[in-house]
Amino acid sequence: MKKIINDPNLVVEDMLRGMVAAHPKDIKKLDNADVLVRVDSPVEGKVALVSGGGSGHEPAHGGYVGKGMLDAAVAGAVFTSPTPDQVYEAIKAVDSGKGVLLVIKNYTGDIMNFEMAKDMAEMEEINVKTVVVNDDVAVENSTYTAGRRGIAGTVFIHKIAGAKAETGASLEGVTRVAEKVISNVRSMGMAISSCIVPAAGKPNFTLGETEMEIGMGIHGEPGTHREKLKTADEITEHLMNKILEDIQLSSGEEVAVMVNGLSSTPLMELYIVNKKVNEILEEKGIKIHRTFVGEFMTSLEMAGFSVTVLKLDSELKELLDAPANTPAFKVI
Amino acid sequence: MSIQGKKVIQVLVKISEKIDENKAYLSELDAAIGDGDHGLNLNKGFKAVIEKIKEDDGSDIGGILKKAGMALVSNVGGASGPLYGTAFMKAAMSVNGKSEIDMSDFSKMLEDALEGIKMRGKGQANDKTMIDAIEPASNSIKHGIAQGLEAKEVLKLAKEAAYKGVEHTKEIIARKGRASYLGERSLGHQDAGATSSAIIIETIYEALN
Repeated sequence: MKKIINDPNLVVEDMLRGMVAAHPKDIKKLDNADVLVRVDSPVEGKVALVSGGGSGHEPAHGGYVGKGMLDAAVAGAVFTSPTPDQVYEAIKAVDSGKGVLLVIKNYTGDIMNFEMAKDMAEMEEINVKTVVVNDDVAVENSTYTAGRRGIAGTVFIHKIAGAKAETGASLEGVTRVAEKVISNVRSMGMAISSCIVPAAGKPNFTLGETEMEIGMGIHGEPGTHREKLKTADEITEHLMNKILEDIQLSSGEEVAVMVNGLSSTPLMELYIVNKKVNEILEEKGIKIHRTFVGEFMTSLEMAGFSVTVLKLDSELKELLDAPANTPAFKVI
Repeated sequence: MSIQGKKVIQVLVKISEKIDENKAYLSELDAAIGDGDHGLNLNKGFKAVIEKIKEDDGSDIGGILKKAGMALVSNVGGASGPLYGTAFMKAAMSVNGKSEIDMSDFSKMLEDALEGIKMRGKGQANDKTMIDAIEPASNSIKHGIAQGLEAKEVLKLAKEAAYKGVEHTKEIIARKGRASYLGERSLGHQDAGATSSAIIIETIYEALN
């Protein structure tokens, strides 16, 4: 294993310190927890947004802390949900009295830990609501699984619910918008090489030299199938078909698109993918309101990408276009 | 059989040692169908439990178990932290303020722990989880007490029921947690959570023997 780290046990702590050192005017770390918060928190008169999860998906979620998006991000160990006490510290640090919305990605551990933190906060009479993001169409959404995973689409929930909170909306209002984004967003990914969890020191899975896995999760969870590597256009078409089968879009409707690199995929290749995404949507008469190409929800050093499509209405469009200024996501 | 608070602390120390001995085995089971950190995370959690309770005077068994639950919740992470943490905290509530407990108290503790796990994880038997080891053990204890068996025999049967439940997890498809994404590919694999639960129940049997 080749990694530029000091100690596998210190990766999260070292990273958080480095992030704060890079953005001291925007974010700070809580002394007693692995939590990044807005420097001006708690923001008076505003519902606070808290998200988080296992580390290894940078810039998620600490990179999205700032005006117009999150108030706090809780960083667990690599690919491991943060514990309830950490989430609870985040809630306490950012609540202005107007309530807190927890944005949780749909993983068994994340849900349990965040819900326990909610129970703890409610005992202190802090008003807390939760939403669960499950945008990954690679997982069959049945009662016999833990359900669809939360992946890159989560960034759109941060952006849009964050913008709603900035308007001074109530906790109910912010939660309603977050739920609307969740029901309108779909993603699917693929991988051509594995990631290595620092403490484990070996790849999570192995793929043959010419092999790819379609539908791979952001922790290397199994996707729908493995096959021989195809062209960017063919892969993109397959992912887009799966996404568009799952969300009803008719000609004339508007969407936002995110082409997300998992970390080791060059921007050149992400743009090649985006070219095809654009062609597919254009052909169907679907208008692209905004496109985001880059690294938003990574998976350590995994190579691969995901595509996210968010169906917009006038409310979501306005909130997506509202200003945001965070270390990793800016809308001016 | 009457169990004093000091004995409860000794049992927890034994559990911590047993988890340490089995940490690689548990992580290996987890790696096949999960993310491979169950043994390491649980070991870290029980080490924290021992730190929290080693100075305890043993006068309140509920208090000891509550401290253990809190330590597990804030140190294990993932799914097993909240599940084992909730289990210990629910067990604590049923023996609050007691300085000694008997078999019927233990039976109630395990039953409440099981209910806590089901509530927290929204799971049930046959989901291929720790419930598949704990539920048969809990039922076996209730049955043994009703039959008027000796405490030692009751615990031995409970341990056997737990391991039978672990074996059963090989034959069923995971419906909860990360393993559930595998669907039928989870067949044939033994659940790591059920295994750690059976190890804990076995250790209780051995320590009280």
